[in-house]
Amino acid sequence: MSKVHTEKEPLFHITKREDLPIWSKAGIRIAAVALAILLCMILSYILIGINPLKMLGSMISGSFGTKRRIWKFLKDLSVLLCISLAVTPAFRMKFWNIGAEGQALIGALASVACIIGLGGKIPNALLLIIMFVSSVVIGAIWGVIPALCKALWNTNETLFTLMMNYIATFIVSYFLMIWTPSGSSTLGMLNFGYLPKLGHEYLLLILVVAVLTIGLYIYLNYSKHGYEISVVGESQKTALYIGINVKKVIIRTMVISGALCGLAGFLIVSALDHSVTTATIGGQGFTAIMVSWLGKFNPIYMALTSFLITFLDQGASQISTDFNIDSAFPSVIVGIIIFFIIGCEFFIYYKINFRHKAVKEAK
Amino acid sequence: MKKLLSLILACAMVLSLAACGGKDAKSDFKIGVILLHDEASTYDLNFINGIKDAAKTLGLKDDQVIIRRNIEEGNACYEAAADLVDQGCKIVFADSFGHETYLLQAAKQFKDVEFCHATGTMAHTEKLDNFHNAFASIYEGRYLAGVAAGLKLQEMMKADSKVTPKIGYVGAFTYAEVISGYTSFYLGVKSIVPEVTMEVQFTGSWYDEIEEKNAAAALIDNGCVLISQHADSMGAPSICEERKVPNVSYNGSTAAACPNTFIVSSRIDWAPYFEYICNQVMDGKKIDTDWTGTISTGSVVLTEVNTKAAAADTQKKIDEVKAQLLNGSLKVFDTKTFTVNGAPLSADHLADVDTDDAFTPDTKVVKNGYFAESEFRSAPYFDVQIDGIKLLNAKY
Repeated sequence: MSKVHTEKEPLFHITKREDLPIWSKAGIRIAAVALAILLCMILSYILIGINPLKMLGSMISGSFGTKRRIWKFLKDLSVLLCISLAVTPAFRMKFWNIGAEGQALIGALASVACIIGLGGKIPNALLLIIMFVSSVVIGAIWGVIPALCKALWNTNETLFTLMMNYIATFIVSYFLMIWTPSGSSTLGMLNFGYLPKLGHEYLLLILVVAVLTIGLYIYLNYSKHGYEISVVGESQKTALYIGINVKKVIIRTMVISGALCGLAGFLIVSALDHSVTTATIGGQGFTAIMVSWLGKFNPIYMALTSFLITFLDQGASQISTDFNIDSAFPSVIVGIIIFFIIGCEFFIYYKINFRHKAVKEAK
Repeated sequence: MKKLLSLILACAMVLSLAACGGKDAKSDFKIGVILLHDEASTYDLNFINGIKDAAKTLGLKDDQVIIRRNIEEGNACYEAAADLVDQGCKIVFADSFGHETYLLQAAKQFKDVEFCHATGTMAHTEKLDNFHNAFASIYEGRYLAGVAAGLKLQEMMKADSKVTPKIGYVGAFTYAEVISGYTSFYLGVKSIVPEVTMEVQFTGSWYDEIEEKNAAAALIDNGCVLISQHADSMGAPSICEERKVPNVSYNGSTAAACPNTFIVSSRIDWAPYFEYICNQVMDGKKIDTDWTGTISTGSVVLTEVNTKAAAADTQKKIDEVKAQLLNGSLKVFDTKTFTVNGAPLSADHLADVDTDDAFTPDTKVVKNGYFAESEFRSAPYFDVQIDGIKLLNAKY
């Protein structure tokens, strides 16, 4: 067949690679990051005339420059990872939950509502338990509404979960207006419901997320539920054939997803902000999607991708500060690096075959 | 531009190396500025310009001013403040209302660093030695802008007897800062056209270009012949230009985009405050707990009058009224000039000056026949609904 069409063969064609050894995969990824950084350094010199090496230094110092920055880095990583873990069970099931932003925000709102209603009236430990339960339950409810509609009427979960984000945001605006009779719509730090300190003030938060990461890894890979999730994700028909109740799995998994988002909201309120605004989650519900995808829906890999995204974020902010420029250029740099990282995945799974090579093979 | 920037950076490095020789209070000094957004927001840009002007006047070098942009109103603000302290800042400043409690958290921890917060309300009740609030008597600027609007309205009424003296105002929330702003503007107009009435439409957001545009359009449809706004976006000014309705702006001139309708704009210039706090710290002196910039400190300024849209002799009248405000013969909130439900404002009127959870009115604010705005604390607390102003949607 090939000998007839040799001269008409395209310049190149793409074929799927056999699984590469782990060191080659790592090599491709490292090369991609190195290339991206090189390009960023060139651009930073040409476009805004800053010393490329200094820019790189600034990026690293943003995350690791001082002891405080390292703690902040670990804290930010943990919060992002927590939300990313939350969306992962749903993604494994190919249920495109892009409503983590709203699920976490409504969870944060629930915690704040508990503080406003009960703060100072009951012991702190009891308040924390009530906050925790409320956040997790409301997060689960926020997640399960689209799942129920999907299971019952096959609604589009992407649009549904997206819309639920806006509803959550406006509910927060509404409550802020009610809670601030002065009209400022700003609560500020509340005085109750502080998570106890375990050594460093962020240590408990970091440990909770670490345990959650391992727990979710085991749940997804070594439990019956995890297996069911994977089967439903691969093929709903197969799942039905082997006797899995698909509707039940969808609903159960979204309860877990929503509940974990609610937990993230609870952690943000009780350990960090002690307040809520419409920007409390700050887009992390969407960044989490990228973390989860890049981490191949594997909680352990996701810890690495959260590390990367947090590092880029802090680095961008530090570049803006050190070179006294607005956030536009640092965002371009982050964009380029992420583009290269996502792009290199293509070369890990596919091979480009050029024409002459194809001809040789045909002979 | 790029080359210029790198040249400046290079110079700064050389200078900073040179400066290592003799260390004194001034070369050791650093100030950190925390901003909610970056240059893209007119609100934050106003602070960036302020600190840059102040640094130039004081001769501060580039590495003595550290600006942190896009800092959310949460734990991020505390982290940014603590990081600035680590970098050796002697003053940490934050620009957004929601930053206040997180800046306070840092102030309690780092006692030998001064923390200054614009628009906040808690310094005078928290009583920390190193935590300070600042604002400006922008109501005086609004009043002056109102005078310019009044002259325009008068001119329009003379030219066409069918023009009814009704004006519109786009506000953010029913918050004291906004109420103080639109009331002073209204009183400025009223000083020229006594029969004027005003309608206020709220957007429920500090920055929402589309909502602001819609609100202004609704007011124009309602028969308002002149518009002003609290909000920072180009929403209201641009629809005014489109509909050929005169506009009084805020935070800076919109003349470039609205050449036919822009009259004048008032704004706060933060440079005097930055100069003040830097000088106090470098001289080892205390910073005021509440600092209110005024016309005389150069903190309350008006842009140039756009003669193409404004009435004749507007600048002359503004200068005249400004002189009266400066010598104290004129008070913006003179209780003789307005009524509340048909009666003059009670001399025993209480306002919520000391912030508490229930927002209880706690301080007598009327003295010598005027409402003493920004005298008991820097942030505005005028929250009286006066006659002649109709709130179309007070839900916010």
